[in-house]
Amino acid sequence: MAQKLFITTSPHVHCGDTIERNMRTVIWALVPAFIASVIVFGAGALIVTATSVASCLFFEWFITRFLLKRPSTLSDGSAIITGILLAFNLPSNIPLYMIVMGALVAIGIGKMVFGGLGNNPFNPALVGRVFLLISFPARMTSWPVPHQMVAYADAVTGATPLNLIGQIAGGNTAAADQLPGLKDLFLGNIGGCLGEVSALALLIGLVILLWRKVITWHIPVTILATVTVFTGIMWLINPVLYVNPLYHLCAGGLMLGAVFMATDYVTSPMTAKGMVWYGIGIGFLTVIIRYFGSYPEGMSFAILIMNAVVPLINNWCKPKRFGEAAK
Amino acid sequence: MNTFKIGGVHPEPNKLSAGKKIETLALPNQAVFPLSQHIGAPAVPCVQKGDQVLVGTRIADAGGFMSSPIHSSVSGKVSKIDSVVDASGFRKPAIFIDVDGDEWEPDIDRTDTLALLCTLSREEILDRIRNAGVVGMGGACFPTHVKLSPPKDCKIDVLIVNAVECEPYLTSDHMLMLEHSDEIIVGVRILLKVLGIDRAVIGIEENKADAIQLMQSKTSMVSGIEIMPLKMKYPQGGEKQLIEAVTGRQVPPPPALPANVGCVVQNVGTVFAVYEAVQKKKPLIERIVTVTGKSVKNPCNLKVRLGTPVSQLIEYAGGMPEDTGKLISGGPMMGRPLLDDKAPVVKGTSGILMIPEADAVRCAERNCIRCAKCVQACPMGLEPYLLATASEAGDWATAEENWIMSCIECGCCQSTCPSRRPLLDWVRLAKNRVGGIIRARNAKK
Amino acid sequence: MSFLLTAVLVLGLTGLLLGLVLYAVSRKFKVEEDPRVGQITELLPGANCGGCGFPGCAAFAEACVKSESMDGLKCSVCKSEVMQQIAAITGHAVEVGVAKVAVVRCAGSCTNRPRINSYDGAKSCAAAALMNGGETGCFFGCLGCGDCVRACKFDAIHMNPETGIPVVEQDKCTACGACAKACPRMIIELRNKNKLDRRVFVSCVNKDKGPVAKKACSVACIGCGKCVKVCPFEAITLDSNLAYIDFEKCRLCRKCVDECPQHTIQAVNFPPRKMASPSESQQQVPATENSVEQLKAEI
Repeated sequence: MAQKLFITTSPHVHCGDTIERNMRTVIWALVPAFIASVIVFGAGALIVTATSVASCLFFEWFITRFLLKRPSTLSDGSAIITGILLAFNLPSNIPLYMIVMGALVAIGIGKMVFGGLGNNPFNPALVGRVFLLISFPARMTSWPVPHQMVAYADAVTGATPLNLIGQIAGGNTAAADQLPGLKDLFLGNIGGCLGEVSALALLIGLVILLWRKVITWHIPVTILATVTVFTGIMWLINPVLYVNPLYHLCAGGLMLGAVFMATDYVTSPMTAKGMVWYGIGIGFLTVIIRYFGSYPEGMSFAILIMNAVVPLINNWCKPKRFGEAAK
Repeated sequence: MNTFKIGGVHPEPNKLSAGKKIETLALPNQAVFPLSQHIGAPAVPCVQKGDQVLVGTRIADAGGFMSSPIHSSVSGKVSKIDSVVDASGFRKPAIFIDVDGDEWEPDIDRTDTLALLCTLSREEILDRIRNAGVVGMGGACFPTHVKLSPPKDCKIDVLIVNAVECEPYLTSDHMLMLEHSDEIIVGVRILLKVLGIDRAVIGIEENKADAIQLMQSKTSMVSGIEIMPLKMKYPQGGEKQLIEAVTGRQVPPPPALPANVGCVVQNVGTVFAVYEAVQKKKPLIERIVTVTGKSVKNPCNLKVRLGTPVSQLIEYAGGMPEDTGKLISGGPMMGRPLLDDKAPVVKGTSGILMIPEADAVRCAERNCIRCAKCVQACPMGLEPYLLATASEAGDWATAEENWIMSCIECGCCQSTCPSRRPLLDWVRLAKNRVGGIIRARNAKK
Repeated sequence: MSFLLTAVLVLGLTGLLLGLVLYAVSRKFKVEEDPRVGQITELLPGANCGGCGFPGCAAFAEACVKSESMDGLKCSVCKSEVMQQIAAITGHAVEVGVAKVAVVRCAGSCTNRPRINSYDGAKSCAAAALMNGGETGCFFGCLGCGDCVRACKFDAIHMNPETGIPVVEQDKCTACGACAKACPRMIIELRNKNKLDRRVFVSCVNKDKGPVAKKACSVACIGCGKCVKVCPFEAITLDSNLAYIDFEKCRLCRKCVDECPQHTIQAVNFPPRKMASPSESQQQVPATENSVEQLKAEI
């Protein structure tokens, strides 16, 4: 027998999955939301997304090659996704230099400082977003009115549905008249950050991710269900101050967070049971911050707080072992 | 349709040799019999260089209760007692016999007539099974007479026949059912008699519709034997998964056994061997082996005498393809890699699989991205990423706390990992070390 | 301004109060420790290599203080003067140990021991040793995955990329035994360092019969026993087709080195001898510790 054989032990076949395939599918799942953002915000959406993706790619390449002195990891696609998700968390009129700073923090502090992909405890895009929110609260909380197709930095801004929901809860019932209809909220004809406006586009993304088995249903469904239940209870208690749950689901960054941010592999729990508790925690914290906190949007903070709790969740929520009950 | 609840994967079935009738392979020139073809103590040779043997002559005695005798599958002269590199990957002592003619021991019934009745007592049946060297033919090679003598405090109520054959590529059990269904059913009834119970379930994966139909028609008139089609999912053929699918019971973690939940599981090939041993007084000297692979010219199911070198089977199937990267004894998920084609066919060789180099070579491993696909895939509810990391760090305590001894080494985790981490390599190492720690701890007690 | 004063006073007083609480607690819950333990720990190298058999230098120091004699307590990493100092602190006598060094007893490089198969699994000798015999015909030889390199805390052992066998840097090696424990095939042994760091050893652990071993590796020990016969000090024994030189009995005369037909026995740190015949100089010289200098020059 002339051949040299591989003598490594089983299994000898692989299903063919790779990190790249999963990242590619996530990017495809983000395309509907990107299209929606371009339709609603025009040139601003293109500029912000392109800058964010390019900056993230550049910083990851630079840090990996020159500071960590390792081969480039750009090909795994995670930097592109961080770039897109960071962009989706920004208003379409944000200045370029802020985007670049956000990208540096997202990649540098959110990911590379911990050792690169797989080692970060916090969602990198959210780290970048929260950094920008705290550093530039004014620019980060003023959103252009939809359908200004060629405006970028000079776009006219206005209140988003989430702003209005917050005002209504604060007692300003007149704001309820300004609140767009559910149809507009669902389709995305509203103000807000780039990626969060169109619930429809995000749901299409969710279907793509579930169909290609990139994520499981546990996190998104649990987050949305918890928010529905919590805001539903509030609405039943006082329908004048607290809007009905459907508005909450479609307004703000909830859908984007539930489908794309909270489901990030590296920062989410490893077991089904853990994912459910994680989702409940995020949903709960989001509503608390939305109604009782001083920020209009609670999703990013809720996810980051639960990211910190994930190691504990992994420790406590072990999967059901075969034969456990009988033991 | 029944199935097991936790985990599982769906590898490509690639049943290239399905429907290929069983062909009898010619006798080898030299037959090699490793002394350890079963779980337990190796057999002890009872022949020496120069002895003449016939087909069915005992050449090695069982090395204890948890052991099994070995019989010559050829007639000829014992040429030497030396060592051979077998499917374990190590050099093991073996008996070499130069083949001369094909003369059988006189008391073996070589006719094909179906022997329906068995009037032997339970002890006599067990004796015949033990003396015939029957062991588990699914690959694990557990001595059958030991499995049929469960501990006194275990109340057995069902015999489960494993005709699942969930490993991709393998079709030997499938063809055995299609061609020897009557013998298998008699074998089942013999086993029911030994166990003193009246319920048997034959589990067959749904992709073998013809076998299911045939077995159902053959057992329609027989009481106590049920055919249960099972959902196609790997590792449905794993003992514990099969028990859960058939009875709904979960076997507790080691040291518990299937007998503790009232079940005895036997591979369908073992059942056939029991029939031959008890009804035909024929010791275990041959078995069906699937020879297959994507580039193999002639994938086939061969009836092979034990001791035949694997090279002869490969030659019959059209020769080893040039692009072969791995030569496997068994299936692609749990089979053992052979170091060369000189290894002999042994009692547990269910298949010879040649995997092209492009599929066989492992991709470079990357960081764990914590996607949890391994956790979702594990049929035993373990966390492979955690066990592998603990093993890499030498943290045996964490591995033990996380139920590593429950791992059945099915390979589901590693076959789904997008980062191509060698999870099972590390888990095997930790199982070995933790097993040693547990044994040392028990010995002290 | 008053609020500034209030803030300073409040914080200052709180700090002072908490400081007092900490002080009281540290006095009340103080763990009495023999001061000698601290003194000894200071003297020890602090590498926590485990060579002494204790989980760390502090544990070894504690054992020294607690035990009644220094028998069996030895830190192989620190020099004998340091051990004397430790003995002085505990008040017991300590025997002067013999200097040892880790020796890799395999010369099965890629040239001597051809790879007939490929292993591409987890890079761990321990894992690979469980799987099967390995990539070569010798199922006893070095697997080359580097468990020993990872085990060493003193940066004293490195894999030679050309030969696939680890090389020990004798000046850095402290004979702690970590690499010997890490090797699943027990190829690495702690042997006496001797004067001028010379040593003679059989660089093979193959127990297969002669022809099988020779087929797998051109410098394998074939168990012919010539070395046993020629040794004037009866230092060599033959067991399971493998010769072994007892380093306590070996006098470094090198008669066995010349006698061995396979050139398996290696003599390290001896001056090169004039070759007896031209053919000898053409023999394959296996990679030995002699070539550490060569390796360093190449890197």
